[in-house]
Amino acid sequence: MAALINLTIDGRAVKVPPQTLVIDAAKTVGIEIPAFCYYEGLSLAAACRMCLVEVEKMPKMMTACTLPVSEGMVVRTETEQVKQARKYTLEFLLTNHPLDCPVCDKGGECELQDMAFRYGAGESRYTEEKVHTPEKQFSPVVFFDAPRCILCFRCVRVCNEGLGVGALGVINRGVASEIAPNVGDHLECDECGACIDICPVGALTSGAYRYHTRPWEMTHTGTICTHCGDGCKTTLGTRNDQIIRGNNRDRSGINGEFLCIKGRYAFDFYDHPERLQSPLLRVNGKLEEVSWAKALQVVAQKFTQTLADGGSFGVIGSNHTTNEENFYLQKFARQVLRTNHIDHHRTGDVVTLLDALSGKTTQLATVQDLYERKAVLVLGADLALEHPLLSYQVRANYRHHQAHVYVVTPQEVREDKYAAATVRGRDYESLRDKLKAEPELVILFDDSYKGEDLRKLVDFAESLAIPVKFICLLDYANSRGAVDMGLTPELLPGYQPSGQPGMHVDEMITAELSALWVVGANPLKGAVQRKAGFLVVQDMFLTETAQQADVVLPAASAYEKNGTVTNTSGEVQRLTRAVNTMGAKPDLEIMGFLARDMGAAATLGPWVPETVFAEIRQTVRGYEIPMPVMATGGAAQTVPVKGRIVVDSGVEFRPDLIHSDHNGLFASGTLGRYSKVLNSVLENRLNR
Amino acid sequence: MTFSPQLEARFDKLLKSYPPGRQRSAMVPMLLYAQDEIGRITDELVNEVATRTGCTPLQVNEVLSYYSMLHTKPLGKYHIQVCTNISCLLRDGDKLYEHTCKKLGIGHKEVTADGQFSVEEVECIGACSWAPAIQVNYDFHHHVTPEKLDQLLDGLGKKQ
Ligand code: SF4
Ligand code: SF4
Ligand code: SF4
Ligand code: FES
Ligand code: FES
Repeated sequence: MAALINLTIDGRAVKVPPQTLVIDAAKTVGIEIPAFCYYEGLSLAAACRMCLVEVEKMPKMMTACTLPVSEGMVVRTETEQVKQARKYTLEFLLTNHPLDCPVCDKGGECELQDMAFRYGAGESRYTEEKVHTPEKQFSPVVFFDAPRCILCFRCVRVCNEGLGVGALGVINRGVASEIAPNVGDHLECDECGACIDICPVGALTSGAYRYHTRPWEMTHTGTICTHCGDGCKTTLGTRNDQIIRGNNRDRSGINGEFLCIKGRYAFDFYDHPERLQSPLLRVNGKLEEVSWAKALQVVAQKFTQTLADGGSFGVIGSNHTTNEENFYLQKFARQVLRTNHIDHHRTGDVVTLLDALSGKTTQLATVQDLYERKAVLVLGADLALEHPLLSYQVRANYRHHQAHVYVVTPQEVREDKYAAATVRGRDYESLRDKLKAEPELVILFDDSYKGEDLRKLVDFAESLAIPVKFICLLDYANSRGAVDMGLTPELLPGYQPSGQPGMHVDEMITAELSALWVVGANPLKGAVQRKAGFLVVQDMFLTETAQQADVVLPAASAYEKNGTVTNTSGEVQRLTRAVNTMGAKPDLEIMGFLARDMGAAATLGPWVPETVFAEIRQTVRGYEIPMPVMATGGAAQTVPVKGRIVVDSGVEFRPDLIHSDHNGLFASGTLGRYSKVLNSVLENRLNR
Repeated sequence: MTFSPQLEARFDKLLKSYPPGRQRSAMVPMLLYAQDEIGRITDELVNEVATRTGCTPLQVNEVLSYYSMLHTKPLGKYHIQVCTNISCLLRDGDKLYEHTCKKLGIGHKEVTADGQFSVEEVECIGACSWAPAIQVNYDFHHHVTPEKLDQLLDGLGKKQ
């Protein structure tokens, strides 16, 4: 490492690595230099002049956001001249800025408002009429109010550099400069809202949140996005049991402040008018609302009766429910219902990967690895659409560390633009020489690499003779947790062989089972007729499966419960309840009540997330993760690779059952249908 | 979009003058020369330049809207640019501008009905030593007086 540079800022000695910018050097000793356009991780703009400081031996004041430190530099940030400069800069920024903070959506968390308070520029010498332009709607999500814009270009840069979309630009010049969308008067973009959240003022606002509340009236709850498998932390702003906003401005998760449209806005399924708020019971062929007590009693009796009659059970679990719920469900199925017919919709071949890597604990990559490792190979997936966070990480790695990105996909993808090499199709072997020359590699692969193909891939990686890590791409928030927790007939929690045959989803829905219990899944979509004698469904909505049920139990969404989920890279994170929805109960509680009513509570233990998680930590291989990390809202990776998985279990794992839904940016399986924002974006595109 | 062989050749040369990956540097001259040939900058041209320089149309629009010598509306055959910046102003450039407008019966960035002339009030054109100065298309005229201007415009008008 290069020697540190010594400099003095406001009389204090500072030591920082070469190339550090003065603005960051100041931060290391707790000196804040005000800034608007400077934004960590984005290119430098030096557009706002807010960060001017005095530097000895330099004739003019310098922008601290673009000035790298040098040996012996003497910087002053609090002189009269600097204070004047800040005041004048603010006065300039405010010349055309409306002074109506009380009605501005950003009021209370506006950087311009804060600076004006701190550095004072309440009075203006500008007496001419302010330039006013009416507000514009760029897209269903993005609104733009030009007069409030201070032309810091953060939005332009985050969209271009961070997202790789480049949908925003700045047109005209001087006082007439304005942020403009990419297609005529509107945006065609990812609708991620990054530009809105990064805007220091109220110029960009979101259709979802604007004018709904004041920031100080909300309670903020950090939890995990329930859509794709990437596992972004989203901070939900709530008021009166309503979710009003999602963002992650404190950058506290594995995603920093990244969120795609789903994490930022698509929480809105939770209060969809079709949300179930009462249990339903089929009476004379029709589903009717009944009390919880009644519904639970019917199910418990039926289950007990079926058990007594020696009837058959099938259990289908979910890619969205928590680890605790999945664990409890498989325990319920195996120990109480005494069936091994338990499965879920598998979206990627984690099992073969873990088996092929048996014993090698350093070969599972985390989301952070995608930002740090020197080379990345993307196989199959259109990462930017299907795994927005992972794609963002890879792009940031390329921008900040010049990582080499290799793409082997059937179709054109966003990564092509900066890829070191692109192959259309599946022929990753052709990259052998290039990959061999890399110091290390992370391989991401989707559901088109499974079974034997995947083993070949792992062998190929081995033959490169460089350190290689893998991420098996999975669809949903807890797809990984469902496999880890043994929601398959072949494997118990922690990839222990069950040693017994059992039915898969496809078999269960076509078999004449006495009772089928579906928790948070929709296996009968696409007009499949139910075959089971008795069908119980736990869900948020009356899905195709729920419509055919005998009893429907309204379930809480991920944002209405506590527990843990495991993302596609095996990182376990905590869900924290943000709101309650009247009438719905968390799946764990529903299962607990059923156990109680069946007199099986003692076998299964308490249905409290913390207790179940404690059991998981003790009994499930790979989940011996450090509690403090979880307790503080961090992510801990599970590495369940000790020993082979499918050895002599007599039951074959079936890669042919794996298929991903390949949800794009505006889709999220069945759940996506109930999100207003996702639908509005899709409709907007159709109508164009 | 197709251009004259001369312009195509010019484009080729321009695109080769910058290091690989920096072809967007050719954007401004490409727009300017294409404008000379087509008369204005059309949406089609924006898309074409974007494709050839490896940019998005939005990036071309950013540049296009920044430079005042790039026009999206048609200009007159003779585009009269009258400087009213400081040196010219001190020597009655503003009066010259008013005179031009009155004579042609049009204002800033407007075109005469017959499409012959257009007027634009411009900032310093770098001819301060010979103020007041005007520019007609690419030609400069120095120490311009209302009389000289009349003569010039009448002459151009006759040329058709
Ligand atoms: S919403 Fe996202 S993709 Fe769209 S303009 Fe803003 S930053 Fe770019
Ligand atoms: S819209 Fe906001 S983020 Fe974009 S330039 Fe204006 S002030 Fe900056
Ligand atoms: S990338 Fe995935 S986890 Fe992150 S916000 Fe989007 S849908 Fe949610
Ligand atoms: S923060 Fe330095 S110029 Fe904007
Ligand atoms: S001020 Fe008119 S040419 Fe310079």
